[in-house]
Amino acid sequence: MSSSHDLLLDVRGLTVRFPTPDGVVQAVSDVSFTLSRGETLGVVGESGSGKSVSNLAIMGLLNQQRTAISGEVEFMGRNLLTLPPDELRKIRGKDIAMVFQDPFACLHPMYRVGWQIAEAVTAHASVGKKAAWARAVELLDHVGIPNAKSRARDFPHQFSGGMRQRAMIAMALVHNPSILICDEPTTALDVTVQAQILELIEAVKREFDIGVILVTHDLGVIAETATTVMVMYAGRIMEYGPAQQIFERPQHPYAWGLLDSMPSVEKRLSALVPIEGAPPSLLSPPSGCPFHPRCRYRFEPCPTERPPLAVPTQAPDAHADACHLSWEAKQREGGKRSIARLGDAA
Amino acid sequence: MTLYIARRLLWTIVVVFCVIAITFVVFYLLPAGDPALRFAGKNPTTAELMTIRHRLGLDKPWYIQFLRFAWHFFRGDKYGWPGLGYTYASGSSVKALVFARAPRTLFLIAGASVIWLVSGVAIGVLSAVKRRTLVDRLAMGFALFGISTPVFWLGLMALYIVWSKLGLTGGTGYVSPVDSITGFLSHMILPWTVLALLYAAFYARMTRNNLLETLGEDYIRTARAKGLTERRVIFRHGLRASLTPIVTMFGMDVALLVGGAVITESVFNLQGLGYLAINSALQQDLPIVLGVVLLASVAVAVANLLVDILYAFLDPRVRYA
Repeated sequence: MSSSHDLLLDVRGLTVRFPTPDGVVQAVSDVSFTLSRGETLGVVGESGSGKSVSNLAIMGLLNQQRTAISGEVEFMGRNLLTLPPDELRKIRGKDIAMVFQDPFACLHPMYRVGWQIAEAVTAHASVGKKAAWARAVELLDHVGIPNAKSRARDFPHQFSGGMRQRAMIAMALVHNPSILICDEPTTALDVTVQAQILELIEAVKREFDIGVILVTHDLGVIAETATTVMVMYAGRIMEYGPAQQIFERPQHPYAWGLLDSMPSVEKRLSALVPIEGAPPSLLSPPSGCPFHPRCRYRFEPCPTERPPLAVPTQAPDAHADACHLSWEAKQREGGKRSIARLGDAA
Repeated sequence: MTLYIARRLLWTIVVVFCVIAITFVVFYLLPAGDPALRFAGKNPTTAELMTIRHRLGLDKPWYIQFLRFAWHFFRGDKYGWPGLGYTYASGSSVKALVFARAPRTLFLIAGASVIWLVSGVAIGVLSAVKRRTLVDRLAMGFALFGISTPVFWLGLMALYIVWSKLGLTGGTGYVSPVDSITGFLSHMILPWTVLALLYAAFYARMTRNNLLETLGEDYIRTARAKGLTERRVIFRHGLRASLTPIVTMFGMDVALLVGGAVITESVFNLQGLGYLAINSALQQDLPIVLGVVLLASVAVAVANLLVDILYAFLDPRVRYA
């Protein structure tokens, strides 16, 4: 996918556990992936699939007293998980920046938008207040806030949802980070605004030549922009590979389920097939394949043996999945779900 | 904003008027005895009583008395404006009496409120930041002690130990700072501390809970994601947002104490406003009670207004029209 010198992030065996009074919740289990410059990694899954938690773990934003994190997160030759808190803080917001789901709740209601961005400037650079403010205005203008100079003096409640998310992106770009993590950046926004924000993220990625992790529960969101896709379920990776392949021939029944349940212009409502049941409790995850209780294709080994995440042996060119089904079955069923992406048609 | 303040001030006058009216009604409707009897000496004749009643204006129905009170208040009387009349007991000026006692109470409140605000918020922040540690438990133990300890007991214990046994401070009574600043401080430090303890405990709890709630907000996560230091995250982002309810409570607490610090004033024999009001009520000296009630209700109304105005500065989402 990319040459090694462009490798930004190498996550190996990331596992996150929350000890609770009822037992240990294993929110993320043995997650490994890489991110390179110019790549947009789309992370898809339902609520509770561990997609947000793994990113918060990478950023060191989980309460360390109440979580047990293991594995390795290598960034520029350093393992972020073992870094002292203050060293990690210096990377946060500077080299790795994050945009969150709900722009209504993510900006401090009592400070001016410009002030909050300027604060991000001074957090990692010794510049004066005026210079920081100028940088804030410049970035707000850059992300498409009209009248940035005067709007910077507004409070968040005077901004619309889309503008707030733009402001959040501006805040993330302050120090030209090499990685931008977007955690459900469009979920709380109107559909029309969603597309604008996704375009902005894509434009930013190209312009600054950075790596983007785009977390979402909406396959439609990543269908347009992702170069790589990681499908997560119950804290585990179910399928991981180039976006083109995954949308052309998804290999995992969970990904099929996601695609079947996704509305589109061509599909009639009656053609939508929901995934029956709900995601499992992570307190006592199902034995074997975590998806087997909801899987329409389950057979004998599924409830007892957990399939490893691997590239099918018969097809070395295919991408990795974690499913017991035969390669023929995956090919057959996956082929039915192939969706042509706008970008691929060209 | 100006219009808003003007409207609120107008309302303040209405509220104070109502409070005075209610005080009048309560005083006259509750069977408390005849104030005239008190001042008539032993075995007064009916004629003597009539004279006294007439002199004090008690022979008129209560609403006439009320209107007379209001008239004097707004027009002023022989002691100047606002006219608060004279006491039944000695016939001296109520205004002079209230103004003589007010500094004692105001000094008591001023000192105590600074102590409780600073220590309460500090303990609350410490407790929230060191959540579930020994520090937190000690702090909340202190809060529980402060909230559950009666002021009269605490005051007496403080006097017994610090003054009587250790001799570290001056005793009871009030020393004017004009006469002796060290005497003033030495006599005020115990009442300040004792009065502040209860409030400090409340404020510590409230700060802790507010701050813990705020620290769970999404914008705190944003602040951390920016790479701010933990200190900045807590003080500039967390405490800033937790401050508004504390300011509201502070304004009200301070105002309520103008007439409500009776126990502290009694234990330490400071003879402030609350003490004056209680004693006057017991002696059926209505004009004094009215004077204190008036001052106290104005204090509450004005504090309320100040808090509301301050709110607009603390929270930009609040704008008055």
